[in-house]
Amino acid sequence: MSLLPLVSHTSPDSIVAWRADGAVTRRQFLAEVGQLVALLPAGSHLLNMCSDRYRFSVGLAAAIVAGKVSLLPSTPTAEVVRQVKAFAPDVFCLTDSDVCPVDLPQLRYPVMAISQAGAIAIPQIDSKQRIAVVFTSGSAGIPQPHPKTWGALVSCVRAEAAHLGLMHDEPCAIIGTVPPQHMYGFESTVLMPWHSGNALSHAQPFYPADICAALAAAPAPRVLVSSPVHLRALLDAGLALPEIAGVVCATAPLSARLAQELETRCRAPLMEIYGSTETGQIASRRSTQTAEWRLFPGIKLIVEGNCVRACGGHIESLITMNDILEPITDEHFLLHGRIADLVNIAGKRHSLASLNHLLNSIPGVVDGAFYMPDEAGDERITRLGACVVAPGLDAPRLLAALREHIDPVFLPRPLLFVDALPRNRTGKLPRAALQALFQTRSARKSA
Amino acid sequence: MIGCLNLEITEDQIAPDAPLYGEGLGLDSIDVLEVALEVSKRYGLQLRSDSADNKLIFSSLRSLSDHIAAQRTR
Repeated sequence: MSLLPLVSHTSPDSIVAWRADGAVTRRQFLAEVGQLVALLPAGSHLLNMCSDRYRFSVGLAAAIVAGKVSLLPSTPTAEVVRQVKAFAPDVFCLTDSDVCPVDLPQLRYPVMAISQAGAIAIPQIDSKQRIAVVFTSGSAGIPQPHPKTWGALVSCVRAEAAHLGLMHDEPCAIIGTVPPQHMYGFESTVLMPWHSGNALSHAQPFYPADICAALAAAPAPRVLVSSPVHLRALLDAGLALPEIAGVVCATAPLSARLAQELETRCRAPLMEIYGSTETGQIASRRSTQTAEWRLFPGIKLIVEGNCVRACGGHIESLITMNDILEPITDEHFLLHGRIADLVNIAGKRHSLASLNHLLNSIPGVVDGAFYMPDEAGDERITRLGACVVAPGLDAPRLLAALREHIDPVFLPRPLLFVDALPRNRTGKLPRAALQALFQTRSARKSA
Repeated sequence: MIGCLNLEITEDQIAPDAPLYGEGLGLDSIDVLEVALEVSKRYGLQLRSDSADNKLIFSSLRSLSDHIAAQRTR
């Protein structure tokens, strides 16, 4: 059995996190993990809804130490929570909020006692232990589980830290704008700091002014882990930025222009990360210097016809990639966009087939289809549209029904009610016909 | 707001007291970020999510306007 430590911080006094009241040492963190372990109910699955990143990390660590599996669904809508419960009937919810709408047995994050205990040994975790299950949207509306082992995740985030140049002696504060419940935030704002001797910031900033405040609240050197949506807003707001040592971006590729502007304004290198829920992170690039992505050590891309599969490194099986990748060398590739069925809005992913399935399963919908317009390429979010044949339904009722199932970012805008979809004689719905329908509509609107 | 979010409605379809989030106008967090940027450019006011009345501010168009009117710097 191969064992890997919970965190890599070498001294009991090493700082593992920054929260509102200051630094949290390894000693204090492990004491709080121990206190939470003692309170965990019997169920072996946990939905960790803590919005404070430090509390999320304590919840995750306690679950790992107690041998429980953290479930990470894409968005906990009412329907997704029902599906998570069907997947793991003993699941309970850990929350740090007074009002948590999740319909599961709840454990409130406790007020921690101040520990006077001496140094606690770092828990050693079996690398084969399944510590998390991440979900993607399945084509028939049932979320697909992707189990993650401790060994694979640790190996992945160690490679990430090495690629980002964060394995050095001077610890950084890691400030994230992406939630820890999302695969990218899970890896880059929680597990990566744990295994590179860096310290995570508890904050979950949203507005540009929040990001500046969260950066200023942690000591330099600081690394900002974010997404194109938040970074574009941060630049547009024109605020004075605290000193930043590095910026990390993922969820969608940045344009070369925005990457350059970010490096200039932040006076720091910007690294982009590429990955997927199934594989975790597999490559990075310094976007102002190259369009080519460099694979993490040991990872290989295998081209078979139109399909690219990834294996090796921390990837435990052969995984088909959902993007169009062009290998350049054994270590480098270019990214040419997504396979047509997939939509990715602000880092949230869904398949068009699955969205169409959901739309057509709503009572009253006779026929319906989602449509993803071509992206504008300026980091503004492109929204889905949909057209439906649903004589007895109106837009509010249809949207309310969809909201039960999907994250609001996927709600169609516009939602067109039509007499019939532009299907061809074989019953297929060509994308060009949908495109024409939406263009006619928007031309009429602006006329 | 309709312009900056490219919403499929007209001005008179936004009820001043209807919720902006969720079931009302149906805005999501990406929209809220866009509105916040527009507010900061037009009125010189930075929204913050740790302010106690943050939920209240986005509860309706009326409360958002009231907040801007009280805090604007230009």
